[in-house]
Amino acid sequence: MVFDKVLVLIIGIVGIISTYWFFFMKKSQTIEAEGDTIEIKVEGGYKPDRISIPVGKTTRLVFDRRDPSSCLEEVVLSDFKVRKFLALNEKTTVEITPDKTGEFDFSCGMGMYHGKLIVK
Amino acid sequence: MTNNIKKQTFAIKGMHCASCVYTNEKALKSIPGVTSAVVNLATGKGTIVSSEVVPDRAIKDAVKSVGYEALVEVGESGTLDDKIKKEKAVELKNLKTKTFVSLTIGAMVVWGSFPGIMEIAPAVFKNFYVQMVLAGIVQFWAGFDFYRAAISSLKHRLANMDTLVAIGTTVAFVYSVFVTFYPEFFMSLNIEVMPYYDVSAVIIGLILLGRLFEAQAKAGTGEAIKKLMGLQAKTARIIRGNKEIDIPISEVIVGDMIRVRPGEKIPVDGIIVEGGSAIDESMVTGESIPVDKHKGDTVIGATMNKSGSFVFKATKVGEDSMLAQIIKLVTEAQGSKAPIQRLADVISSYFVPIVIMMAIATFTVWYVFGPSQAAIMAMLNAIAVLIIACPCAMGLATPTAIMVGTGIGAQHGILIRDAESLETAHKIKTVVFDKTGTLTHGKPEVTDVIVTGPYNNQEILKMAAAIEKNSEHPLGEAIVKKAEAGKLSFSKVKKFHSITGKGVEGFVDNKKIYVGKLLSDKKKKEALDLEKEGKTVVYVYAEKKMVGIIAIADTIKESAVDAVSALNRMGIETVMITGDNQATASAIAKKVGIERVLAEVLPQDKEREVKKLQREGKIVAMVGDGINDAPALAASDIGIAMGTGTDVAMEAAGITLVNKSLMSVVSALKLSAKTMKTIKLNLFWAFAYNVVLIPVAMVGLISPILASGAMAFSSVSVVLNSLGLKRVKI
Repeated sequence: MVFDKVLVLIIGIVGIISTYWFFFMKKSQTIEAEGDTIEIKVEGGYKPDRISIPVGKTTRLVFDRRDPSSCLEEVVLSDFKVRKFLALNEKTTVEITPDKTGEFDFSCGMGMYHGKLIVK
Repeated sequence: MTNNIKKQTFAIKGMHCASCVYTNEKALKSIPGVTSAVVNLATGKGTIVSSEVVPDRAIKDAVKSVGYEALVEVGESGTLDDKIKKEKAVELKNLKTKTFVSLTIGAMVVWGSFPGIMEIAPAVFKNFYVQMVLAGIVQFWAGFDFYRAAISSLKHRLANMDTLVAIGTTVAFVYSVFVTFYPEFFMSLNIEVMPYYDVSAVIIGLILLGRLFEAQAKAGTGEAIKKLMGLQAKTARIIRGNKEIDIPISEVIVGDMIRVRPGEKIPVDGIIVEGGSAIDESMVTGESIPVDKHKGDTVIGATMNKSGSFVFKATKVGEDSMLAQIIKLVTEAQGSKAPIQRLADVISSYFVPIVIMMAIATFTVWYVFGPSQAAIMAMLNAIAVLIIACPCAMGLATPTAIMVGTGIGAQHGILIRDAESLETAHKIKTVVFDKTGTLTHGKPEVTDVIVTGPYNNQEILKMAAAIEKNSEHPLGEAIVKKAEAGKLSFSKVKKFHSITGKGVEGFVDNKKIYVGKLLSDKKKKEALDLEKEGKTVVYVYAEKKMVGIIAIADTIKESAVDAVSALNRMGIETVMITGDNQATASAIAKKVGIERVLAEVLPQDKEREVKKLQREGKIVAMVGDGINDAPALAASDIGIAMGTGTDVAMEAAGITLVNKSLMSVVSALKLSAKTMKTIKLNLFWAFAYNVVLIPVAMVGLISPILASGAMAFSSVSVVLNSLGLKRVKI
């Protein structure tokens, strides 16, 4: 039967394209830190995952871990030399005072989940 | 302290700033009967003092009224760390149960469905419906966490390991359910009626087993910090008036006089004011031999007093203490990223979606172009692709090795500032040593006493020391020290005066004694020889006649020669930099075994010399005490600060050595080399594993069950390899 093969081929190609679109074409919004504290929900990733913060000022990033997955148990802000364990259902505060502008990545302990700090 | 004063300590959750401390303290003080309330932001704890025990309820309510939560059951020693520890323990226990159950069920299903052994299996195991229920338990109970993590990631349009496992096993399970309920449909398509419950159950079991091993191994990577934290003493015996009282270490303030008895831990950093002892500092400096310390010497908190008893004055407490600084430095280093990790990071952020696309491609190609029974092959191979992909190994490769490496460093008194320094250190080809205080002790000592008149050695030293006792010159101090060390008694000096630019003189036992530069005599050969060796020479005159020559020099550290020769053996060029003149510098360099000497370099020019070496294309490490060579330390590719632990030095240095042995320089470079070797091996393994095995799975050469075994083994092996660093000798 050729019909099923054509169908699978079409579905397969569509599947690959939509996987690409779904994971790689997403646009995330940059959230500006209001005041000196910003709360980041840790559940299946970081929300928000693009955070704009001011240079030269201390900002408190409060990570609120709701996700029991051990993948997200640690948060790493390597440019600020921070690797912190996030207790489940707790808010863990990380204080940073960026001294230069630019984009700085933050991620989970194994570098699978990412977020960005945009220092302006 | 009277007995009716009650003290209660508890944890406060949710504090993050100084104003939280204030609000909590205010709320706690408002509880009737509470006389004082202290809240500590760093430890997250509150302590109240009251005349009667305050009920837990009242504490909780007071703290809650200002928006926080008091954990009264936590008590003195409990913190958020304890909660984390408990959480981890529960997690591990659950994981163990789930792994055991899944593997047991998996084994039953395999027995009932695997050709060759299913013939001897009980009929019940062969029943598809029974298999479905058993595999369902594994899929939705043991595998629940995979679903939960996958779904919450998908909400953010993200994917990870759990997504792969969830998709892979769901496909196998759902297909099997269809086969169970609609066998006729599959028969009509000429597909063998065979469910794959064994695949879904065993995959989940093996991946959970891998996670279990990984969690246990990972716990070992962060051990060093925990050990350092555990070193802290709990109480200090302070002297207040005529009384000695034990107080918690958090209450010790700078200036407190503290008594330490034999066998006790020294609670904080300070200076000995009375008594002395041998002190085991190995836990902080890595130096294995106990150090003798007396009045005026500094002691480090958390080190162990061996034999004697002494009183010291606290100079650094809390966050300023050496131990706290070390913990801070190591924690920061473990949070930093090595440049070598960048590629792995980039890859792992695209990895999972790409694997999903590859799995879809595998299914499609097998289905369209595969042999007969293509649908089954297509499905199994696509599952194998999803399951064998192991992004975790890539993510674990570098950080676990950095954690272990920096931890081992700390145990040996080698503090690495960040992962980048650790990485750079293994590329070092040239080590520049500052002379004074680094290769040498930095304190002048009497090395020779030469007799040129009627008095013997000891008499000359006695006369000179008696005079020099009145002077404040560092060379004079060296003479006095030498005399004191020889237990010589000095006579009183009359009519002491110093002749500027020359020396000092006075009357000792009615003889006129002069100590200083050469007067009118011709220079003696012995003096010339001593000067050639890089020593400073002073002359002793009695009644205007030269009676002796005393040579004073900064002595070379015992470890200098060993360290330089070890570095040379490693193929690393050694260079000495100093402000001394060429002759003196060369004499010392020769003794140490250093060939290249940069002499007559002013402190402010050291930085320029380091840069000059770098322009020669060398990767340079600069070793100094950080006091006047901080710019040179900062300019070098990696600055190594020795022994002092001053803040300036630590700021400028990539590596800080807590102990004074130069062999630590060698150890630091070796540690870097070994850590980098481990990281490279880990990365190679993680990359090669995926690069080789994903295509193997795509072409259908590996079954999904084998794939899950390989996947589990892959991430565990990376962590184990990092832990292997612990056995390395540096």
